[in-house]
Amino acid sequence: MPSHIVSVYDEELKYLARRISEMGGLAEQMLGDSVRALINSDVALAQKVISDDVILDNAEREIGEKAIVTIAKRQPMAADLREIMGAIRIASDLERVGDLGKNTAKRVIAVATSGVPRQFARGLEHLTELTAAQLKEVLDVYASRSAEKANNIRQRDGEIDAIYTSLFRELLTYMMEDPRNITSCTHLLFCAKNIERIGDHATNIAETIYYMTTGAQIEGERPKDDTTATMRVSGE
Amino acid sequence: MNMMNEAAIEKAVDQKMNTVPYKMIGKDVSVYYGEKRALFDVNLNIRENTVTALIGPSGCGKSTFLRTLNRMNDTIDNCRVTGKITLDADDIYDPNIDVVELRARVGMVFQKPNPFPKSIYENVSYGPRIHGLARTRAEFDEIVASSLQKAGLWNEVKDRLHEPGTGLSGGQQQRLCIARAVAVSPEVILMDEPCSALDPIATAKVEELIHELRTNYTIVIVTHSMQQAARVSQRTAMFHLGNLVEENDTDKMFTNPDDQRTQDYIMGRFG
Repeated sequence: MPSHIVSVYDEELKYLARRISEMGGLAEQMLGDSVRALINSDVALAQKVISDDVILDNAEREIGEKAIVTIAKRQPMAADLREIMGAIRIASDLERVGDLGKNTAKRVIAVATSGVPRQFARGLEHLTELTAAQLKEVLDVYASRSAEKANNIRQRDGEIDAIYTSLFRELLTYMMEDPRNITSCTHLLFCAKNIERIGDHATNIAETIYYMTTGAQIEGERPKDDTTATMRVSGE
Repeated sequence: MNMMNEAAIEKAVDQKMNTVPYKMIGKDVSVYYGEKRALFDVNLNIRENTVTALIGPSGCGKSTFLRTLNRMNDTIDNCRVTGKITLDADDIYDPNIDVVELRARVGMVFQKPNPFPKSIYENVSYGPRIHGLARTRAEFDEIVASSLQKAGLWNEVKDRLHEPGTGLSGGQQQRLCIARAVAVSPEVILMDEPCSALDPIATAKVEELIHELRTNYTIVIVTHSMQQAARVSQRTAMFHLGNLVEENDTDKMFTNPDDQRTQDYIMGRFG
């Protein structure tokens, strides 16, 4: 796309994009750190995730304010307007990602006493890897603005849902085996849910990028494989 | 509740936009100023009771096209128009057409307010007089009052109708010119950058007026302000180097235009 006649306008848009990338980097890191803290019962690392969240909150607010000023000053049209609205939306998704990472980190102490069952930890790591890859990729797509890649990412959210569903089932089994597991398993359930939600935010971002680039909403339903809403324990 | 109804009606009107009949049809319209060609085979139709905005950089031909719609180009010596323009079923370049009558049907408001150096009353009653639309004093009074009301100027001038029109503020003068155009009951009103000499408050009043006039008239407006085009029109046509680049619903035009040149222009980017 050609540059603006008013070059400061370009700089304002670039600034928003750079801040989004920074938020994205931190959000990714918080996701990884929170799950590592959980599995290793690393309370110090959990504490760091909790304090990092403030940075994301402030960044979201700053992006919102800068966007408002740019809209007021430049009266953006077409792709420029979508770019700015997109930045606001993506910043809000990334801020939520941070909140979810923080929530996982807060549960570390509660889970630390009983620890995380090894087999479950492997599943959780797998879920985290997929979600982190999804998040990383969507941020790369934000930099490249490829509508096609944004669409591809959205198609993959189903995998994350499927793993989450199997983890959900696994936790129910642990709880049935021994009621003393209920406390930690409930916390782990929230943690898994947090990660699954981060995947949803990555998908939101992919949809926003698609809209920013094309001006059209992505077609069709999101692929969904999260059946936990209706799941019951067998034998009940 | 009332506002919601209005919004719903507006939306329904917008959705029906594609079925709105054409008031004027421009087919393969080209304009030459001597050797220089200013418009290249423009095909642009003007929908009835719709505000159509013409946008584009200086010298793109938007004002030239506007002026073909009531044959204002006839006043320029070496200007030649080819192609066909119809108003309803009438070919407006037919040699038998009465140009004065045409300009009563297709009125015009200019960039700079240009009231006659006469009273407010005379400014508005002049058109109806030369077109024989009124005879008695009472009939003239009625036309002057209703025209000034339609132009949203009545309350401001009703007590000083016989003071000179040139004594009004710029924004009031422009609304007086709109009243003058409305007085001869035109079907189409052409506006050539009607707000470029006005302050934001006067501009807002004229824009509000355009919104109201749309119910009874078909309006074509040339504007350099993209924001204004976006605010007042339902259809927008983008001109570039004498060509019609794109014509679209205004909402689409300013959020996601089809043509790259439109995109670059409205976003203020180097084309």
